Amino acid sequence: MALSREQMAQRVARELQDGFYVNLGIGIPTLVANFIPEGMEVMLQSENGLLGMGQFPTEDEIDADMINAGKQTVTAVTGASIFSSAESFAMIRGGHVDLTVLGAFECDVNGNIASWMIPGKLIKGMGGAMDLVAGADNIIVTMTHASKHGESKLLTNCSLPLTGQGCIKKVLTDLAYLEIADGAFHLKERAPGVSVEEIIEKTEGKLIVPDHVPEMTFA
Amino acid sequence: MSGFNKVVNSYEEAMAGLEDGMTVIAGGFGLCGIPENLIAEIKKKGTRELTFVSNNCGVDDFGLGVLLVDRQIKKMISSYVGENALFEKQLLAGELEVELTPQGTLAEKMRAGGAGIPAFFTATGYGTPVGEGKEVREFNGRNYIMEESITGDFAIVKGWKADTYGNVIYRDTAQNFNPMAATAGKITVVEVEEIVEPGELSPTEIQTPGIYVNRVIKGTFEKRIEQRTVRQG
Repeated sequence: MALSREQMAQRVARELQDGFYVNLGIGIPTLVANFIPEGMEVMLQSENGLLGMGQFPTEDEIDADMINAGKQTVTAVTGASIFSSAESFAMIRGGHVDLTVLGAFECDVNGNIASWMIPGKLIKGMGGAMDLVAGADNIIVTMTHASKHGESKLLTNCSLPLTGQGCIKKVLTDLAYLEIADGAFHLKERAPGVSVEEIIEKTEGKLIVPDHVPEMTFA
Repeated sequence: MSGFNKVVNSYEEAMAGLEDGMTVIAGGFGLCGIPENLIAEIKKKGTRELTFVSNNCGVDDFGLGVLLVDRQIKKMISSYVGENALFEKQLLAGELEVELTPQGTLAEKMRAGGAGIPAFFTATGYGTPVGEGKEVREFNGRNYIMEESITGDFAIVKGWKADTYGNVIYRDTAQNFNPMAATAGKITVVEVEEIVEPGELSPTEIQTPGIYVNRVIKGTFEKRIEQRTVRQG
């Protein structure tokens, strides 16, 4: 069975470490915040200028001056800090964020990522995505392995305009967890009940498959 | 003599000197921390052919979006746009030009512009459409593109409190692009919720020193929320 959005978030959460500063993109990455292990301290960075993003506010706590990068009303945790956009991107571009999780349309064997622009469709902009992929060393991309029509999103060469070049090393799809190195995807884990054959069939780019591919665990 | 007193008492006075074809740098992220009354004054004034440097372009009936109605904006330099139908329409009709700029690069363009640094190198956008046609330099084995900084004829800024000397503090995430915008205008206009006497703000808490600020005005704000998200209390 392909992973649900929640299971994908749960698997990404296994990459969290105590004391990590983490930036979560919009969509599945946002859900990772729901799976931070009990007792672990993680600070969430929101690129509009908040380090230590908390829960959504209650009706009484709502404040128009407290939002996250998705423009949603939020709260700040104890020990949070708030700063300007330049300071926020100094953290990101300076490589100070420990883990960045973001979605994508495509990735390829050279670590290229396309996530912001589909030619012919209205282009809204890249927001902070290009800064995040260029600035971070530890990035996990979350996306479905193939489109609804079965076309692979793990490619030899990205077909869409890039968000960043040679910057992705880890990809979690609904079928597998893979790492990118030496011009190939390396299959590390498969979703429970998903066959290696299905992953091979749905991966267009060069794929290295070890003799044993363990099933993913979530805790 | 008014010395360092930057306070003006009307929005007309606050935006005096803005002319057709000028470049305006605006603070704000989404609808948070936007200089909403200064934008309303530009609408009232009817200035046209403006270039706006701002992370976003508001929504149809609020923020910079209101300036689209009478086609006052010629060009937007932004990281993310299109939360408004009119924007999309004018863009597709070729009536509006857009220069999409990565958010961190946009913040740095304003910061550098205000600091007298004409350009800088960044890895952001290298190998993407953003890097096309830009100078590339290699530092320590990695490629970087040269980005030119930005200054404006005007900067319009939303602060929380200012003293009459134009020292400004911001509230929570309404800070965002405002401090950089404040440094990058030939004429910087700050609208705030409260004006206090010099000395009431601690010198160490000032986020925008008055040297950057030309005019200060007290406004009342709607502070519209774009995505109202709550949890059950």
